[in-house]
This record gives sequence, structure tokens and C-alpha cells, in this order.
Amino acid sequence: MAMLEVTNLSISFGGLRAVDDFNITIKEGELYGLIGPNGAGKTTVFNLLTGVYKPNEGHVVLDGKDITGKRIIDINRTGIARTFQNIRLFKDLTVQENVMVGLHNQITYPTLAGIFKLPSYRKAEKEMRERSMELLEVFGLQEEANTLASNLPYGKQRKLEIARAMATNPKLLLLDEPAAGMNPNETIELMETIRFVRDHFKMTILLIEHDMKLVSGICENLTVLNFGHVLCQGETKEVLNNPEVIKAYLGE
Amino acid sequence: MKKLKMKEDTKNLLITYGIVIGAYIIMEIMMALGLVSYQIQGLLVPLCYYVVLAVSLNLTVGILGELSLGHAGFACVGVFSGTVFSICMQDVITVGWVRLVIAIIIGAVCAGIIGFLIGLPVLRLKGDYLAIVTLAFCEIIKNVVNVIYLGKDSAGIHFSMTDTASLGLAEDGMVIIKGPQGVTGMTKDANFTIGIILILITLFVVLNLIKSRDGRAIMAIRDNLIAAESVGINITKYKLMAFSISAALAGAAGAFYGHNFSTLNASTNNLGYNMSILILVFVVLGGIGNIRGSIIAAVILTLIPELLREFSEYRLLIYSIILIGMMLFNWSPKAQEWKAVMKERFLKKRKNEKEVQ
Repeated sequence: MAMLEVTNLSISFGGLRAVDDFNITIKEGELYGLIGPNGAGKTTVFNLLTGVYKPNEGHVVLDGKDITGKRIIDINRTGIARTFQNIRLFKDLTVQENVMVGLHNQITYPTLAGIFKLPSYRKAEKEMRERSMELLEVFGLQEEANTLASNLPYGKQRKLEIARAMATNPKLLLLDEPAAGMNPNETIELMETIRFVRDHFKMTILLIEHDMKLVSGICENLTVLNFGHVLCQGETKEVLNNPEVIKAYLGE
Repeated sequence: MKKLKMKEDTKNLLITYGIVIGAYIIMEIMMALGLVSYQIQGLLVPLCYYVVLAVSLNLTVGILGELSLGHAGFACVGVFSGTVFSICMQDVITVGWVRLVIAIIIGAVCAGIIGFLIGLPVLRLKGDYLAIVTLAFCEIIKNVVNVIYLGKDSAGIHFSMTDTASLGLAEDGMVIIKGPQGVTGMTKDANFTIGIILILITLFVVLNLIKSRDGRAIMAIRDNLIAAESVGINITKYKLMAFSISAALAGAAGAFYGHNFSTLNASTNNLGYNMSILILVFVVLGGIGNIRGSIIAAVILTLIPELLREFSEYRLLIYSIILIGMMLFNWSPKAQEWKAVMKERFLKKRKNEKEVQ
């Protein structure tokens, strides 16, 4: 069954057609890659899927629900979570609090219960702390739970961003260049983490990446974007051997 | 590790409440022994007012991360709504403190509503722009209050925007607000004890809010708006929540402050631009986002000009040196390093003492 179905998605900025007639179908539990040269419109696709931009044409259907043109927070509640190309953490909150913010819509209580510390506050906060700790353990961040997010080393900041996204209990996880700025060892560790997230949470993942080792290592299917158009789509091996892709992206 | 942190949070809360209660007890004892001068005694109510304003402004500036220069405007709403209520109810509610408590609640509600209404359009702005617009709203509130004439007689409440005569009061009538001359006819119900209780309530609301789910959402917006939205946090709702709670607390402080005088008019110095800046100075010098710091800065910077009276002409000179000194102590990297080292040494020493025991 298709988890994400995008048809004829297009957006223009002034005279520039940044994404044109973009189609993609991602099956449940799939690890899907979106690649392409710089400026091809990959991040724009992410921004269209998460509601940052409203598409001029086309439809986005997540798990049978049409989410085209909805607000960012509604799309998140329907089940899309993302990370950012340039890490965006809540830097003056602790690592655990970052994940607890992710749980914001999962565990709720009224404002007044929080101000007067009613039993419902204590119960919900305890649950939040336990759930966030479980997530941190999955990503190996439990030791740093009380550190400020800005004091984490780079690789762990990336992981924390994924943990925070996972806390919103998504159906589809979008990763925007998760390996950017990582050394080869960190990249290998990240590959394992992503694979683990998919297997452990039965998560559907769409990722943008430039690191071909990572892409060919974990992605099952690929879409190649070039100048806002889909250049090629299909199984990773076939796509990476496609002469047009090699010409446009990998170099002859 | 987790437990230790929880304990530290509770300890921090207790220290903050403890400082306030301790200061109250010491002050009361000193007053009973006659050690406090008349001037300082007169400062106690304004002091409570400043502390509440500083703590509530820190909610907007430090926790929400938006610069507001209109805080005195909300206090102004509180002053006038609270005192008008008290004057109208003078014959109905005869117990002074009950009237004051209800007036404070009314002041908080009115200022909260005004804060919400102003926040709706204004919070779309950021940084300097937000500061300028809040400043403008503060001046608008002050100037609107200055043209209101309000009176009451047996027939009811009369309202005018031209002068006292046009109110058309009956013979038993009484003018409550006389335009630029402000409100008259309040009973002086405010006292130090109620002020301290108001400070404790403000601290209770602000500190508990910060530690709750909503507080985390507000701080998440401060740290990264785009990321906060991407995890499903309603930006408008939480910005408005922080802004209106902050305004409501300022209104409560205003209503309390208004009951310290028999007449009070809204001028730039007490309920206008200068006051907003003064409160912001307390918040910045005490440390943005540091609630305890706001209290201490408000107290020190209010008491110092009084204590320095004997230096007469050097007073402002010393005051500004202290301002610079506090600024350096709180914000310079060297001073922060030094503080961290001292803290570590202190903790180590205590640990050693414990081991010896």
C-alpha cells in the first residue's frame, strides 16, 4: 500500500518553475532516496510536502488522506516529521527537553494543570520523561539527557534532530541531508541508525542525500531531480547506472 | 543522574521563593524595631510593583524571546481599571483588603484582554519592529487614559472625553477620573504584605509555566521558530499565551500600585515610556530569562538611589557606575568563567565536607 502518493506537484517562484510535475509513490516501510545536483529542487519538494510552501498544482496524499495545502502543524499531526539541512535544535533546552517538545501533541494536559501542578500534570510529565528517555536510548543519547542541545557534538545533534522528529509519532520521516558534514565513520553509524529506525519503528523514510555511499547502501528506490524535473525513477541500482543520471549528476 | 537534576530544579525553586520570604521577614522585623527610615518604608509598595513587572516582562523578553517596550502600558490598564473599581465599590465592599484583591483580579483580567488584543496583530512582527509597535501601544494607552473623564452619581456612571463639566453629574456626584489629573479618591489599601503575596503568586505562575509543556513550547519557539512549527507547535497560540499572561501580571501589579496613592495620573515616568525602559533595564541587568536575577536587579536598582541620597550630586554618577558593574558581572565572558570556577570550588568544598562527615 502506498504511504505517500504525490501527483503532478508544481510550484513557481516568480518566473522560475522550481518543481515541475513531480510524481512519487512511496510504499509503507520503504527507504526512499531523493537525489540530484545542487539547486535541483530537492529541499523545495520537502517544503512542499511539509506545508512550508503551498503548491500551485498537484496533490499530496499521505496514507489515504489529502494533505495538499494544509498548515505545517496540521501536516505534522497527520503524520509527516522532518529534519533540516542546517540543524535546527532548541539550543537552550536540554537534550531531553528537545524530545519532550516533540511529544507536545502526543501527551497533553491543560495549561492550568501545569501552573497548579495538578495530578494530571505529574502523570503526563512522568510519561513524557519516560517516553523521551526511551527514544534517547534508541539513539544512544541517554547519557547526555541533561546536556544543553547546543553542547552536543555535531553527529549527536543530527541524531537528536531525528529523535525529536520521531517523538511526533510520524508515519513518514523526511531527512534532509542527514550525513552532511559528517566524517566517514559517523556516516556509517548514521546509516545503521536510519536502517534501525526503519526496522524498529516500521517507519517509511524519504531522504535527501549527496553521499552516494549512504544512498546506495540503504535506499531501496531513488528519484533523481534535475532543474525541478524528475530525471529518473526506480530501483537504486538501475537508477545509479542510468547514463543520463551519470551525465547530469555523477559526472561522466 | 535524572533524580539529581529533578532535585536541583526543586532546590532552585525553593531558593527563589526563600529569598522573597526571607526578605519579607527581615524587613518586617527591622520595621518593628524601627530601623527602617520613612523613605524606605514608602518605597516598599513601589518595590513590589517593580519586582512583579520585571518578573512578568522576563516572561516576554526572556522566555518568549520577544522584545516588548510596552509593559508599562499594561500596568497602566491595571492601575485605572483596578482603582476605578475600588472607588465605585467603596460603599459596597467595606473591607479594604478584599476590595484590593478583587481590584487586582480585575486589573489582571483587563490588562490580559488588552494584551491579547494588542498581541494578535503585533506578534506577527519580530525584533526591533515589535519593540517599536509595543512602545507605540504603550503611549496610546497612556494618552487615551489622559483624556478620559469619568464620574458617578446616584444615576450611575458618567463618561466624557472633553471636560468635567460635560459629565453632567448630579449634586451627590463624584469625579473618578479627571483627564490628565488622573484618578482621585482611592483609599490607600496597598501594603507590603499584599505586595509580597503578589510577588509570590507571580513567581508561582511564571516558574510553573516554564516547567510545563506550554512553557517548553514557548521556549522552543524562542530557540527555533521553524523547527517548533515542524513538530506541530501552534506558534500564534503560544506567543499570545505568553504575551497575555505577561500583560495580565503587569495589570495585577498596576492595580496594586494604584492603591498606594490617593491620586495618581499617568505620566511618562510612572506609566509610560520611561517606566517601560526602567523595567527592561531590570530584566536585562538581572539576566534575560533569569527570573531570580530580575527580582534582585529590581530591588537593588530601586533601593540604591534612595540609599545614595546623602551623596546628593554624585548620586546618579554612582548609580550609573553600579549599572555598568552589574552589566559586566552578568554578561562578560570573563566574569561568567569566574562564576563557574567559584561555583565548582564551592561544590567541591561541600562535597569534601560531606565525605568527612
